[in-house]
Amino acid sequence: MTTDLLFSGADWDFGRLRRTYDAIEEIAKGEIGLDTYPNQIEVITSEQMLDAYSSIGLPLMYKHWSFGKRFAQDEVLYRKGMRGLAYEIVINSSPCISYIMEENSMAMQTLVLAHAAFGHNHFFKNNGLFRQWTDARGILDYMEFAKDYITHAEERHGHQAVEQVVDAAHALMNHGIHRYPRKRDYDLSEELRREKERVAWHEQNYNDLWRTVPKHEATTQGSKELAERKQRLNLPEENILYFLEKNAPKLQLWQREILRIVRNISQYFYPQKQTKVMNEGCATMVHYHIVNRLHEKGLISDGALMEILHSHTNVVFQPEFDDPRFSGHNPYALGFAMMGDIKRICVEPTDEDRAWFPDIAGNADPWGTLRQSWADYRDESFVLQFLSPALIRKMKLFKVHNDADQPTMVVSAIHNERGYREVRKALARGYDVSQMDPDIQIVDVDLAGDRRLILSHRVTNGILLDEAESILVLRHIANLWGYEVRLIEIDAETERTLREFEDVAPTVTLG
Amino acid sequence: MNVIDRRLNPKGKSLANRQRFLRRARQQILKAVREASGDRSITDIANGESVSIPMDGLREPGFHRAGKGGIRDHVLPGNRDYVEGDQIARPQSGGGEGGSESSPDGEGEDDFHFLLSKEEFLDIFLDDLELPDLVKKNIRQSESHSMARAGYSTSGSPNNLNLVRTMRNSLSRRIALRRPKPEAVALVEAEIHLLEESGDAPERLSELRLELERLLARSRRVPYIDPLDIRYNRFEPVPKPVTQAVMFCLMDVSGSMTEHMKDLAKRFFMLLYLFLTRRYRHVDIVFIRHTHEAKEVDEDTFFYSTETGGTVVSTALTEMKRVVAERYSPGDWNIYAAQASDGDNTASDNHRAAEMMEDVILPLCQYFAYIEVGAEYKDWLGRETDLWRAYKGVARPGGVMAMRKVRVRSQIFPVFRDLFAKDRAPVPTGGEP
Repeated sequence: MTTDLLFSGADWDFGRLRRTYDAIEEIAKGEIGLDTYPNQIEVITSEQMLDAYSSIGLPLMYKHWSFGKRFAQDEVLYRKGMRGLAYEIVINSSPCISYIMEENSMAMQTLVLAHAAFGHNHFFKNNGLFRQWTDARGILDYMEFAKDYITHAEERHGHQAVEQVVDAAHALMNHGIHRYPRKRDYDLSEELRREKERVAWHEQNYNDLWRTVPKHEATTQGSKELAERKQRLNLPEENILYFLEKNAPKLQLWQREILRIVRNISQYFYPQKQTKVMNEGCATMVHYHIVNRLHEKGLISDGALMEILHSHTNVVFQPEFDDPRFSGHNPYALGFAMMGDIKRICVEPTDEDRAWFPDIAGNADPWGTLRQSWADYRDESFVLQFLSPALIRKMKLFKVHNDADQPTMVVSAIHNERGYREVRKALARGYDVSQMDPDIQIVDVDLAGDRRLILSHRVTNGILLDEAESILVLRHIANLWGYEVRLIEIDAETERTLREFEDVAPTVTLG
Repeated sequence: MNVIDRRLNPKGKSLANRQRFLRRARQQILKAVREASGDRSITDIANGESVSIPMDGLREPGFHRAGKGGIRDHVLPGNRDYVEGDQIARPQSGGGEGGSESSPDGEGEDDFHFLLSKEEFLDIFLDDLELPDLVKKNIRQSESHSMARAGYSTSGSPNNLNLVRTMRNSLSRRIALRRPKPEAVALVEAEIHLLEESGDAPERLSELRLELERLLARSRRVPYIDPLDIRYNRFEPVPKPVTQAVMFCLMDVSGSMTEHMKDLAKRFFMLLYLFLTRRYRHVDIVFIRHTHEAKEVDEDTFFYSTETGGTVVSTALTEMKRVVAERYSPGDWNIYAAQASDGDNTASDNHRAAEMMEDVILPLCQYFAYIEVGAEYKDWLGRETDLWRAYKGVARPGGVMAMRKVRVRSQIFPVFRDLFAKDRAPVPTGGEP
């Protein structure tokens, strides 16, 4: 049996990596049915790992002081031993690049290969959000372009001029995303079909009574002029960077291009923000199954398995709410627990599961079900769909309602029959992107008058913006726009103005 | 699957980012570094430091929701005994319990800590300081020469032959003069051989033979390498600036010098040393301590062993003169000296010391700094020490000598900067900084 082992001892070499990769691939493709981009494994040193950290995980990145700052920060934490480095970084590109560290033992490399090169890779290739928003084949070329462009801009216009634009763009990074699918080209036959359908529907549902209902006089949106202006500028616009890139009156071409670059990078990372739980859950689920199968097949030793499981349990550790280590839900833990639970529901469902998940309970195809969920969901919808009562009980989830106007917080739901749905809904809400970033839109600009740009924040649940920071961001917007900027916070439900920031004027002249 | 070994890729990929970061934070870092130097040992500083700077100007702002206020729902794991409807007191820190609402990038702290390498630290620490009149003296005093590349020449020794140039010339000459290529000759020879074997086409054969002869003749006439082609690397002697310096540390160790005063002196010496090592490839240090007699000693003895006796400053100057004459010829070495003393001197020696300074020491030196150290709490305003008065006559405007008084640690660096600042005032005789 020992002769079957892929490796023994801690040292790795390229031959062992390759043998192990092949063994993993057999399980990943054969048993789990994963479908991946071609893999490229790159071995790097810890210093290079720190480098990769600081450039938000992309192998190519333009130069900016904030990356230097991040590097300095990580370096201190790492050198003082306060934080270990990640064992791997994986990039959503084709071929899918996984960075693995030379310090890892062979057992760890096995784990990393299964986790990144198969788990994450499959998720990148198959998840709907990634398919819709990112171009895995083009990202590295685009980054190459971006890096060169900014380097040339620095040479031509000076470091400082470029830095000012990039600083401003970074401040607006989260507001440089198109959140809705782009328009597709029209397909004539499709249009005809739809037209016919609409007519048919109209004829079926015709009711003469509607004719008698009095019509509204005018729009409630204010004057006709305002409506026209908004129409012309495509307002309201929530993609602030896009709006500035296209409409800021003073910017020069290269400055617009930089805004575009930052916007595109932000867009590229948009799906990752929405799928942390699923992405990590998928990768963790995959590596857990693969290393156990490797062990069952006698390909890795007991010792190697123990080492792998040791770091696996560290990764999926979820401290409880009153633990000093608690800092929110651990996406690895939640994702892994939910996916394990789905597997259980598919294979050995209880009556409760049959009632809650009639379409997957007992279908005896756990991997098929998981693959389906990896492809079609994001964190929010995944939790909303698949968080089972059994898991809520197991994790002892409870919901706390915190209203700043009340003297105390209230436990509004716990893990019982009455609370399951509420807990599940609230947890899912927490992963909703519209909940993560405040809803800020450009609502008006007076082009003929003082050219003041007006932004509004639609406040939900009475949570206002952080004032000091918002003023800094407004200053960046003003610098890009070239004229004054005003921000108004409006309650989304009552349309009441909650707070009005003072007009912020540009401090430097760009363009 | 491809496995690529990236470990040998060039290092320091983020160096450019780091430089941008340091440039951005320059003012804050400068301040932190200067402050750090006030109360820490200079040897420690030189080993690279963890500095901590305020976050101003380094924040990366974004639109974020405030940490407080409004209505929030949190889902938390690990319920023990809460049931629906329980009231929980709000934790002191505010809305932090949700975890998801905590500071977005973990930078809630006001200060930012990071490590500066030794090089970076010194760059910032000694920024905008300059050695006085360095360039002028160097060139005047340099006596050694080094050879530097200076184009090509047609004559030279074989070991300087530049193959690439030579072959390039040869190639272009061969093309210009249409020297037949060896392949062309071989081709004709092969065809002749073939025709000789078969015996066909005798006319063609004789034609080819003529052709071959012509080719060979031309090859002989146009040589492969002609003496005309040959080029040599040319070197020219350039005067080499003196890149070595010696630093003399002179210190009074008589009983009147307290530990505190010695500490001040040591700090000043260390600073000067650091500064010199950045300007010169090689820096020697000579320690001379004196009471009523002077001796060259090693560093430990210099700073730590105690000696009793009177105070005769001129003995140290004499000793320095001896060492210079023995080992450091002023033509080859840049000589710097720093003297630290509490200002006491035997009354009869003051005149002699000033005279020696004027006639012997200052002409040798690139720069001579006299630091008068005082007790921390002693009020010495209004009274000039004997030595100070004596030296004052020597240190004339625009000269190589400067003198300063230092009483507490925090004054060391300002005094040092004052002495070496680029736009140094031409009259370095001021009293207390």
